[in-house]
Amino acid sequence: MKGPVVIVIAVIAALVGYFAAGAINKPAEMKAAAPAAKKAEPAKASGGTLAAVKAKGVLSCGVSTGLPGFSAPDKSNKWSGLDVDVCRAVAAAVLGSADKVKFTPLTAKERFTALQSGEIDILSRNTTWTHTRDTSLGLNFAGVSYYDGQGFMVSTKLGVKSAKELSGAAVCIQAGTTTELNLADYFRFNNLKYKSVVFDTSDQSVKGFESGRCDVLTSDQSQLYALRTKLADPTKAVVLPEIISKEPLGPVVRQGDDQWFNIVKWTLNALINAEELGINAGNVASMKSSKNPSVQRVLGTASDMGKKLGLGNDWAANAIGQVGNYSEIFERNVGKGTPLNIARGVNALWSKGGIMYAPPIR
Amino acid sequence: MSDFQPHPDLAPPASTVGVIGWLRVNLFSSPMNTLLTLVGLFIIYSLIVPALDWAIFSASWVGTDKNACSHDGACWVFVGQRLDFFIYGFYPKAEYWRINVVFVLLALLIIPQMIENAPYKGYLGWFFLIGFPIIAGILLLGGIFGLEPVPTDKWGGLALTLVISFVGIVAALPIGILLALGRRSEMPVIRTMCVVFIELWRGVPLISVLFMASVMLPLFLPEGTNFNKLLRALIGITMFQSAYMAEVIRGGLQAIPKGQYEAAAALGLGYWKSMGLIILPQALKLVIPGIVNTFIALFKDTTLVLIIGLFDVLQTVASAIVDPAWPEVSTEGFIFAAFVFWVFCFTMSRYSIALERKLHTGHQR
Repeated sequence: MKGPVVIVIAVIAALVGYFAAGAINKPAEMKAAAPAAKKAEPAKASGGTLAAVKAKGVLSCGVSTGLPGFSAPDKSNKWSGLDVDVCRAVAAAVLGSADKVKFTPLTAKERFTALQSGEIDILSRNTTWTHTRDTSLGLNFAGVSYYDGQGFMVSTKLGVKSAKELSGAAVCIQAGTTTELNLADYFRFNNLKYKSVVFDTSDQSVKGFESGRCDVLTSDQSQLYALRTKLADPTKAVVLPEIISKEPLGPVVRQGDDQWFNIVKWTLNALINAEELGINAGNVASMKSSKNPSVQRVLGTASDMGKKLGLGNDWAANAIGQVGNYSEIFERNVGKGTPLNIARGVNALWSKGGIMYAPPIR
Repeated sequence: MSDFQPHPDLAPPASTVGVIGWLRVNLFSSPMNTLLTLVGLFIIYSLIVPALDWAIFSASWVGTDKNACSHDGACWVFVGQRLDFFIYGFYPKAEYWRINVVFVLLALLIIPQMIENAPYKGYLGWFFLIGFPIIAGILLLGGIFGLEPVPTDKWGGLALTLVISFVGIVAALPIGILLALGRRSEMPVIRTMCVVFIELWRGVPLISVLFMASVMLPLFLPEGTNFNKLLRALIGITMFQSAYMAEVIRGGLQAIPKGQYEAAAALGLGYWKSMGLIILPQALKLVIPGIVNTFIALFKDTTLVLIIGLFDVLQTVASAIVDPAWPEVSTEGFIFAAFVFWVFCFTMSRYSIALERKLHTGHQR
């Protein structure tokens, strides 16, 4: 009785082990070569992602699980935010309707795998463009939709005007973020002393700041503004001007499908160019009769800019008409009229003192 | 000559009966006990009063936005304003009635099961297990009978939590029974398969099961195959919980004395009949607490689907509290979520106690 059972178990274990080893080896190979090799084929054939998105009739867009101003469910239970609007603009350019987007909320851990596995077509989730991510993950960053950076919020009663005066301060931070490393680098480099008070989530760190457990709260600047609104009296805290790290955020696509990469990149550029040329959601129809050749090229009334991307020539007109130009997107989600109340700052156009600069559409 | 009139019994001294008597005996019987009682009362007072004040008396109940919230107490306005998001998730507003119909149907089918001698209880029970999921599926998904299709990525909130836990509970029990029987089977191949299945699923955390199902599975499948994320999660949770269920039920099977098996065989019953008529009814009755325990664990485990980007009721709360349009409302939000979970888990546990009492046939020692 015992004998055969042991043999059967041994055989099954061996088989399971054999298949498991095969299964584990395969994805490892796939992963190493994958995003490049695997996706390159369909891209050459017919622009894999574009064809797939058109066939599905819906754009799969990876967003965060709730980050105010960038991607979060609004009060009518729809996704809204700056990152969300980038996806909506791409959907308008590709499918003609900004509403044909399926949003997939992703945690920070899961985001790149979801893009690599093809579950989403575009990742627009406040993702910082870094060398490592661009070179080793099989991804392409299609541009910058928001220039962020790590900043400090202090209580006004400290009377501090600059981060350089913060020596000896207790600093509230969230655990496990690059914020922690940037903070250590900055204070060591400037010969300042600090004591860190670590919290798990952002709302805990706000409570810590409010109850006086720390003098300073540090996070990405865009988030500091959101956290500030959570204070009982937001006027009692001020965000310092110093930014101690560069966090350019932008949409990401899979490597290897250059056509899709170009579509996302140039949709974003079209939104920024539209602001520069004065095209907005309200006047996009009347601007079509504009004599300005740059406007004509963007709106598809003169040359075949859309055709070169594999889209209709009204691609940019659709995106701008349905979602708005970059300035409208910014102001609607994070700008002056919103609770976040973020000034354009570095995100202003290059011609207005910022660094937002899109290559010309011609 | 007069009848003997016994003097009526004197009432016991007022200090030994009633509230006062009870207090004297239990709370103030010695100086030490008196001191402990007073300290205890003080602690209760200093905890309960501010909590009640925060949650009820100083709380803001009516309004539409942050201006309605005072900073002295809880801001229940926030929960009230976002309640539809917590219940329906991203489901289109015009289609809320479909979820409501499913909720009402669910309640109408569960209530008779809780009442003894309710008419047509058996038929309703089978309808609950077979007909209801089909009707609910059609209503929620849409796409036929002129219902507008609602893809599963729009599902969320309490509705999603209930869908996942209902499917998990309804599917895990029968699969668990089969696995438990298989593990005790005389046939080596079946037994080995069941043992491997159970030990494999019990040996991995639910988080990694979900993560594998959501993220890794598409890497193994051919390019472009993309089957529904919710379905993947449902299969993962069902497999995981049925392995646990199998072990709970195996405990019940082992508690049945050998004589019962022999009696069934002596009656000339085959394997399935003896199991279905003699062994399982007794075994399942024995392990009701364990089964309900697994159900409750499953219900609470549904919060883990956040990992694969599904918005259960807890995650809808978590994503709503970061909204800068509201002041700091995380406490209110999480209390609401805790309350929702408590209501469902407590109902399940009370139902299990009632069921145990009803099925009690003197087997307990």
